[in-house]
Amino acid sequence: MTAIDKRVSTPIIWLLLLTMPYWMDAVGGYTELACRVVVLGLAAMAVNFLLGFTGVLSFGHAAYFGLGAYGAAMTIKYLFPSTALAILLGVVVGTVAAAVIGALIRKLRGTYFAMVTIAFGQVFYFIVFRWNTVTGGDDGITGWSRQPLNLGFTTIDILHDDKAFYFMVLAFFALAVGLMALLLRSPLGRTLVAIRENERRARFLGVPIERHIWLSFVISGGFAALAGALFALLSNFTDPRSLHWTLSGNFVIMAVLGGMRSFWGPLLGAAIFVVLQDYVSSHTENWMSFIGLFFVLVVTFFPRGILGIIKRRLGQ
Amino acid sequence: MSLLEVRNASRHFGSLVAVNNVSLMVQPGELRAVIGPNGAGKTTFFNLISGFFPPTSGSIHFDGKDITNWEPHVRVSHGIARTFQITEIFPELTVRENLRVAVEVAMGLRNRPWLSREADAQIRARVGELMEMGGLAAKADRLASEMPHGDQRAIEIMMSIALRPRLLLLDEPTAGMGDQETYDITRLVRKLHRDEKLSIVLIEHDMRVIFHLADRIMVLAEGEVLAEGTPQEIAKDERVQAAYLGKTE
Repeated sequence: MTAIDKRVSTPIIWLLLLTMPYWMDAVGGYTELACRVVVLGLAAMAVNFLLGFTGVLSFGHAAYFGLGAYGAAMTIKYLFPSTALAILLGVVVGTVAAAVIGALIRKLRGTYFAMVTIAFGQVFYFIVFRWNTVTGGDDGITGWSRQPLNLGFTTIDILHDDKAFYFMVLAFFALAVGLMALLLRSPLGRTLVAIRENERRARFLGVPIERHIWLSFVISGGFAALAGALFALLSNFTDPRSLHWTLSGNFVIMAVLGGMRSFWGPLLGAAIFVVLQDYVSSHTENWMSFIGLFFVLVVTFFPRGILGIIKRRLGQ
Repeated sequence: MSLLEVRNASRHFGSLVAVNNVSLMVQPGELRAVIGPNGAGKTTFFNLISGFFPPTSGSIHFDGKDITNWEPHVRVSHGIARTFQITEIFPELTVRENLRVAVEVAMGLRNRPWLSREADAQIRARVGELMEMGGLAAKADRLASEMPHGDQRAIEIMMSIALRPRLLLLDEPTAGMGDQETYDITRLVRKLHRDEKLSIVLIEHDMRVIFHLADRIMVLAEGEVLAEGTPQEIAKDERVQAAYLGKTE
């Protein structure tokens, strides 16, 4: 049943993503909102690589997201005006940070792991917040914008054509998500799922657990950094809030809301989160309490997330 | 040369001495049972051999190497596999997937982000073989958590066998099972011992199982070796009878 589900659901998801800028307006949205769904969806899927497929909860992934954003912004502002280079350096910065932090915390488990990821996340947040001369402090990095994409044979103006920018974002999303799917279907991915399922059994099958948790943390952090880099390019701006722990919490909420045991769940969670945020926040300042209430309802009644309940309905 | 040699191993937890000065030699191809009343230190002793934690004093040697301070996964790669008193499997994976993980790890593929067609076919064949051997082939695509207790135990044992161990540690493989399941598991263990020439150390409470399987028996009581010998010798040993009767009294 699940095999058939996938054969139908995956093309539908891609079809929706490919056509999103064309029907977003009709349903009251706009292209930038579509970009936000895809970028934050990628971040939530990155968090879920660790949470849903390795069984490790990180409450500090905004740090790598934010470092990706700052890496991209500072590359264009100070180093070289190239969108591609900005994304590359953003990913490198975030991934290296995840590799260092991951190495320090890989022996911790459960709540302790989550707490320490928050703590390290906040360390990065405060560094960026306070280091005025380099990071612009509270004001963030302004006065730069994403650069036209030079493909050699042609140049795409992603700065003014927001649909073109959307498709660039989607291309990176597709690359990342395809890589994720490939990894999860490989022996490495199965080893990670085995750790989620039963760490003790995995250890006594001969898996060096800490090394694999570290690996998963780095991969996950790298994808989060990519999302962060794209997020900075989306708004031509980045500020310390992109590293704040509340954003880390939002990523986890998106993943759990959509369904952390399913591959696409976090994307659905991100879509709901972003659209709800956009819609509710235009009516009330207290939009977070509505999302919080919605989250509590979903977790209480559909512990497998929204995609989990859809799958179950289809399966029966 | 003995395959496993434990020399004067002790393990303290604070002031509690769980295992006190226990020595054990297991020859290649031997099936050794470890029995004893509850709280005798049997599982702690297993944890020392498998590397769950190191001994407070004493040493452990496997195949001539001092493994006392080795990590569990390194011991596994040198041929020591174990099962647990409470079955440890991957509940939300199918039987096939459970075994597949074990086979891939055993083949040294756990870091691999891709797989060749040949390797994939090789893995499938080995998984099929293991399911056949463990009597699980008909239930290959069912979730492990949905299986009866006896089948879950068989999955755990076959996952250990997937590692091609030279020493298998079984911690109460028939605990909590009915007669038929106990019989099936006993038969599986004997098959692995006889046909695969596997060396096995077994903790067990069911005396029928032990007398059916074991070459030699070590009796632990309150962390110490009370007696050692063939099943016949142990059955006649008065200290052993006293230890068991004293506990049940």
